[in-house]
Amino acid sequence: MIELRDIAINAGEFSLSGISFRVETGHFAVLMGRTGRGKTTLLEVICGLRMPSSGSVLIHGKDVTRWSPADRQIGYVPQDLALFPMTNVAGHLEFALVRRRLPRRQINERVSELAQLLGIEHLLKRSVKGLSGGEAQRVAIGRALSFKPHVLLLDEPLSALDDATRNDMQTLLRTVKENTGVTTLHVTHNRAEADVLADTLLTLNDGVVSSQDRTKVE
Amino acid sequence: MSASPPSADLGRDFRRRHRSDAPFFLIMGGLSAGYVLLIVLLIAADLMFTSVAEFTAALAKPEIQQAIYLTLLTCTLAAIASQWVGVAMGYVLSRYRFPGRWLVDTLIDIPIVLPPLVLGLSLLILFHLPIGGWVLEDWLRDDVNFPVTYCWPAVVLAQFSVSCAFAVRTMRVTFDQINPRAEEVARTLGCSRGQAFFHVALPQAWRGVVAATTIAWARALGEFGPILVFAGATRMKTEVLSTTVFLELSIGNLDAAVAVSLLMVAMAVVVLMFLRFVGAGLTS
Repeated sequence: MIELRDIAINAGEFSLSGISFRVETGHFAVLMGRTGRGKTTLLEVICGLRMPSSGSVLIHGKDVTRWSPADRQIGYVPQDLALFPMTNVAGHLEFALVRRRLPRRQINERVSELAQLLGIEHLLKRSVKGLSGGEAQRVAIGRALSFKPHVLLLDEPLSALDDATRNDMQTLLRTVKENTGVTTLHVTHNRAEADVLADTLLTLNDGVVSSQDRTKVE
Repeated sequence: MSASPPSADLGRDFRRRHRSDAPFFLIMGGLSAGYVLLIVLLIAADLMFTSVAEFTAALAKPEIQQAIYLTLLTCTLAAIASQWVGVAMGYVLSRYRFPGRWLVDTLIDIPIVLPPLVLGLSLLILFHLPIGGWVLEDWLRDDVNFPVTYCWPAVVLAQFSVSCAFAVRTMRVTFDQINPRAEEVARTLGCSRGQAFFHVALPQAWRGVVAATTIAWARALGEFGPILVFAGATRMKTEVLSTTVFLELSIGNLDAAVAVSLLMVAMAVVVLMFLRFVGAGLTS
């Protein structure tokens, strides 16, 4: 579960205040709002890369507002993906596991499990430099899912993709949701994406987040 | 009624003008060629002045051999120290906003713009200024048993003071070009800031690190003014190649001065070639 309580952010160019919402465990929430309204900033607050000026962030009921990003167990896929240029695809999938000092056998099992889920088994030995948009996207999602996070945050993951790849990725995100059950917060400004994916639809408008539970509506 | 197409007016003036590009290329090329020619002539004159026999004779002198050894040693120490400080400071300046950052940013440039003799003099004064009866040089010499002024460590410190500024600048540019988002993602994956730096930022910066070290080394090689003031020019003790040129010149031994100069030119060319090979794009 992700819960924001009365979050205020002062980011210089804009400020948000009184932001509260909640995403139930296992839900796929889509946060919509126009560009430049602070959606990315909210994700940064949730994963701990930015300190809110007030309010609290709760993950599975635990107040993590003052925790470091490393301790929060949140998988984060930024809009520009930020893959590590010096690391190959397999290196991305095992990065978090190596940091957690898991035994090699366990790491290898997890890497092949993820590669299978994301359909990137044939890319494991490849450098990330030559990957297509869709492939890079899968690697970034794999990296974020590798350590079985409590929560997955996706920042406009489909915005830079062509239509065919976008459909593939939507299917993939639904597969990931069914297979892992990870609580997901997906930021987009695309209505169609929200319609296909969302259990919970959050809308950021004029500094207020309104929430709609679509599992109950349908 | 019908308006003429917009191209009609322009088309009426359609004729071949004989405007040559030759003057442009002549001026641009001429100015550039003049400077290139100056550099080539400088080296050519040195080469014509000396002979292989004179060159080998100069390099066989024990003082000069000792100077070569000391140059290699001090330049390498200064370059390694500059590399460490450059990486740390370049990263901090590139990634963090803190009060007084602009001041630090300006201070780094001081060793670059300061007249070399002034830098040497400042080092000398720093080490010999009594602070409440306590003098840094006396303390280093008597208590730590590590005298600096007029000894080889002074050479390293004089070289480091200038070359480090260049290393910091190079590393700053390097880290500015690396996406900080990757380090942020690494932190969500379980890295501390230190681990994100070592596992994500530093591997991407390796070209910059090599370039910064090489530039620092080359700067240290060419350093003369601060060394002369702070380390002196004692043969077999604090004599580096730039000092050798000065010493040989001052006793009228032009042949040896030119031979050592050529050796330094050769070293500089090797460094430049290496930089081109490693840091294409970064140093241009």
